[in-house]
Amino acid sequence: MTGVIPRRTLIGLSTIMVALLLWWLATSGLRLLNPLRLPSPQEVWAAFSQITFGQGYGGATLGQHALHSLFLVAKGFSVAVITGVPLGLLMGWSRHAEALINPIFLLLRPIPALAWIPLAIVWFGIGDAGKIFVIWLTAFVPSVINAFTGVRGVDTVLIAAARTQGASTPQVLRHVIIPGAMPLIFTGLRLSLQASWTTLVAAELVGAFFGLGRVLNVAGQDIFPGMILVGMAAVAVCGAATTWLLGLIERRVINWRPAV
Amino acid sequence: MTKRHDRNFLGPAGTSLSRGEFWTLTIAGFTLFFAIWSGVAASGWLPPNLLPSPLVVWDTLVRLWHQPFAGHVYAEHQLASIRRFLMGWAIAVGIGIPLGLLMGWYRILDEIVTPLFDAIRFVAPLAWVPLAALWFGTGIGGPLLIIFVGSFAPCVISAYRGARLVETRFVEAAQTLGASSRQIMAHVLIPGALPSIIAGLRVSAGLGWQSLVGSELIVVGAGLGYLMVQGQGNLNTSVVIAGMIGIGVVGFAIDVALRAVERAFNRKWGQA
Repeated sequence: MTGVIPRRTLIGLSTIMVALLLWWLATSGLRLLNPLRLPSPQEVWAAFSQITFGQGYGGATLGQHALHSLFLVAKGFSVAVITGVPLGLLMGWSRHAEALINPIFLLLRPIPALAWIPLAIVWFGIGDAGKIFVIWLTAFVPSVINAFTGVRGVDTVLIAAARTQGASTPQVLRHVIIPGAMPLIFTGLRLSLQASWTTLVAAELVGAFFGLGRVLNVAGQDIFPGMILVGMAAVAVCGAATTWLLGLIERRVINWRPAV
Repeated sequence: MTKRHDRNFLGPAGTSLSRGEFWTLTIAGFTLFFAIWSGVAASGWLPPNLLPSPLVVWDTLVRLWHQPFAGHVYAEHQLASIRRFLMGWAIAVGIGIPLGLLMGWYRILDEIVTPLFDAIRFVAPLAWVPLAALWFGTGIGGPLLIIFVGSFAPCVISAYRGARLVETRFVEAAQTLGASSRQIMAHVLIPGALPSIIAGLRVSAGLGWQSLVGSELIVVGAGLGYLMVQGQGNLNTSVVIAGMIGIGVVGFAIDVALRAVERAFNRKWGQA
């Protein structure tokens, strides 16, 4: 028996089942809680089918809202990677560049990306551009810092070995520095991807026409607890899916290292 | 030219700057930042209410210090934010660290809590805002829940990891010497987990402060985030930037304080 299903999975599954049962008992079975505080599983399911298969909610179906949010995260995040990683590599490679650029980061780094949302609204309005801007900010700073730290962490012996065998500067960069910095770069990306979702949800709660944050916002105003839970679950699923995707890319890029 | 090549021979780790070069470049970096900002603001490319110059922002900060904006003067907004943050963070630390330690110690608790924890970990802290408003209102309770959700996970994870990293032979040694479960907890497990816990506190404080900013943008009637939202509503960009500066300064101060704790701890108990 224990050989078939690991003990951990068994206990995990039963915990989830018990939690769901308790939820049902508290809301629907024994009606211990006010349905305006915590909706019953049936209400959440009704909200889910309304927004997914029915007429939608907050101006679109769940799929459309989720895709809209996913695209915003993808755009802001990839622009941040494309701009941030090379800048971090440059600062890591050249102490001159580091000394010149670092002061700007010292000034901007303590300000969380969330605090840029009001400024982004003044500058870009509540359309997509402002959201891409704040997601870019969220992921840009960690990209730069982790690429920088990654380059500095490369073993000098490896660089010296490549040099002794006649490698040129571009060759050292391409074959020693960048691969050496890669694991840390991905660590930074993973953290900033989660942060990007938080930023996007905040920005969409403050004001948006589409997106999962908009669903949450409208559901909050309508006092529709079932839909609030659907929105939260959708945010979690999207966040987990993008993290999983990034993990796939990481294994592709860092194919010389055994999967962790 | 050869000299330049030599200096880059070993790449980043091998080169070094003289003191003079370093400070010249650092000062140039700061100057460049403010010069570009003032230059763009003065050029007239953008309407002045979109990007005020650094001097205008400074004037605004001074004015906000004396004149109430959005109901309070600057220091009161700042204090409101700090108080709210400290309360939410204290609850997260008070529940998260004992829970993490217990999960590291009792396997059954680990196996029960971890699936639930994983199920809600991916819900972005700010996605709790509507539910928090529904449960605790938009006064003090709602924002507290958001700060709690934002800073809870790193507390649990760091305490759990710390407890798991304690070497088994120390625990076994204590057991051989007849220590009770409670004694092992107090004298082996908690001291052994402390470095990891302190590192986790810094992460959780940073995330909690961010969540506070986010929650203040959406609900509540005082605080730096609220000040910024009001500034944005009036298209008063210098007030918005003044709010950002205050958030940056407090966030920086929290980090510096916890770094000092970490250093003091490492000095007293040796390795990190």
